[in-house]
Amino acid sequence: MAAKKTERLLNLVICLLATRRYLTVQQIREAVPGYGAGEGVAEEEAFRRMFERDKEELRDLGIPLETGSNSGWDDEPGYRIAQRDYQLPEIALEPDEAAALGLAARLWQSAPLAGATGSALLKLRAAGIEPPESATGLEPRIGATEPAFESCLAGVVQGQVLRFVYRTAGRPAPESRQVEPWGVVSWHGRWYLVAHDLTRQATRVFRLSRITGPVTPEGPTGAVLIPEGSDLRAMVVESAGDTPTTTARVRVRTGSCWELRRTATATAPDGEGWEIVELPYSDHRRFADRVAGYGADAVVLSPDEARLSVVRRLTALADDTAAEESP
Amino acid sequence: MSGTLEELPRLLALVPYLLTRPGIAFATAAADFGITEDRLRKDLNLLWVCGLPGHYPGDLIEIDFEGDTITLSDPQGVVRPLRLSVDEALALVVALRTLAETPGLADPEPVLRALAKVEAAAGTAAAPAGRVAVALEGEGTVLPLVREALARRKVLRLVYWTAGRDETTERDVDPVRLLVVEGSSYLEGWCRRAEGMRVFHLGRVQQLEVLDEDAAPPGDAPSRDLSQGLFQPAPGDTVVRLALEPGAAWVADFYPCDAVEELGDGRQVVTLRTSGTAWIRRLALSLGASGRVLEPAWLAQRVREDARSALAAYADR
Repeated sequence: MAAKKTERLLNLVICLLATRRYLTVQQIREAVPGYGAGEGVAEEEAFRRMFERDKEELRDLGIPLETGSNSGWDDEPGYRIAQRDYQLPEIALEPDEAAALGLAARLWQSAPLAGATGSALLKLRAAGIEPPESATGLEPRIGATEPAFESCLAGVVQGQVLRFVYRTAGRPAPESRQVEPWGVVSWHGRWYLVAHDLTRQATRVFRLSRITGPVTPEGPTGAVLIPEGSDLRAMVVESAGDTPTTTARVRVRTGSCWELRRTATATAPDGEGWEIVELPYSDHRRFADRVAGYGADAVVLSPDEARLSVVRRLTALADDTAAEESP
Repeated sequence: MSGTLEELPRLLALVPYLLTRPGIAFATAAADFGITEDRLRKDLNLLWVCGLPGHYPGDLIEIDFEGDTITLSDPQGVVRPLRLSVDEALALVVALRTLAETPGLADPEPVLRALAKVEAAAGTAAAPAGRVAVALEGEGTVLPLVREALARRKVLRLVYWTAGRDETTERDVDPVRLLVVEGSSYLEGWCRRAEGMRVFHLGRVQQLEVLDEDAAPPGDAPSRDLSQGLFQPAPGDTVVRLALEPGAAWVADFYPCDAVEELGDGRQVVTLRTSGTAWIRRLALSLGASGRVLEPAWLAQRVREDARSALAAYADR
């Protein structure tokens, strides 16, 4: 059955591509095998339903089905596919461009973009392009394991309002959000949704892994207007608060704390086996998280608020004697 | 998925594909389309009964078989592939932009040329691609050297910081693969010092040199299967249970957990497995009051000792 249907649809596409005039449904029924020729009302009805479904499938596949009339006094509309709307324009790639495309095509690891890449490559191959086997040993991959990814991406592409339940860090209960999605951004390996939150009337960045349950589209497509000049990536970076505003002085043991030292703007020796480094940071609590992990190998000298933040963390742990006494 | 939604696009691509490649081998065409030769034969059997209204011999798609080759001669109007859909254009355009914008991952110049051509061919379908962005850690100075060593098959000498032990060592590595996983870049290779396959985080490489010595990674050394992420539990791992206050909820997002128990009010207990515990000690120190090691007890004790000696260091200064 599936083969019969594929055959019917392929004949339909060939027929509508070949015609310049709009063909009425009756003309299509006569021209394309598989629609049945019975004259009865039931057969006619069955054919109409079948043709409606076929039209939907062609549109779902992105085939530009045109509706129109051949002249002003034709009251029955007809169908055709214009070659110029259907055809992929000419594209030819130099060998190094084809190699770049081959590498890019391997980036996406998960649905729906991995599948879309596959079907895009088939079309480019059909246009005469041969993406070569990628350079040996080069394997960049972008995953999207968050369950909300596919529906958020669809909302962004469709420009449709989305509703979902979101768990905010530090808040006890998840909350329902209704947003206009502006874009999705992958940063440090995690996906974020940049959106205008309709309840809070403000721009918000959502981490997709904190969306619980389904993401439901609401209202018409194309309803979301993104302000001109919005830099989605910058909004995600800003929401993570990673732009340094202060500099700390930290005494570190020589040969240790390399990950802290990476960001140092200055380093000076301070006695045998120790150095003082200057580290720019934005948020003193987050900075204290980074430094406290190094224990006795990193001591914050200034500013006081960062130093106190670290001492508070360490004191909480050192005093945790309740756990110590239990077996 | 099977059925028309998959078959029709394939057939519509197959016609112009064969048209531009007269005499192509069955095996090549099947491989390019990711289908079996048997499936390809069925596709071709379907194609050559299709054609223009009338469906007389001259109206049908014409295909000749000679030995193992295929030649398609009359496409009946299906001369070009269908335009790229929005999803297809987005997948290619965002991937190419990511390559171009990640320092060191690829030579940006041919990537940008390919991007311009794909965007031009996609037309308006490429517009939504501007709403998707990917930022990868490129490691601009290190990556080109790793790529060079892989291409020329040379040994790499790295000065590398091991986070777990907070120490820096020099290692000679026979490079096998350059990976970008979860936003960061890694080198996988045979570490001559450890005599085993290792994965190195390129953000922790302090110095890198391509040696004039041919790389010879043992052929039977197993590469890691990364389809489930970079870090996978192994049999001898320590099982660690951590109690997290709401402010430390990010830990459950960030590290692969075996189990997450919700205690209410945003508090959680997570179970992790790890081969080394040094990083958990550091994690616990950085969490302070908002994260506590519950098990194993010896690890909780170590964290307390770490905290006390660190406090002593603060008292001195």
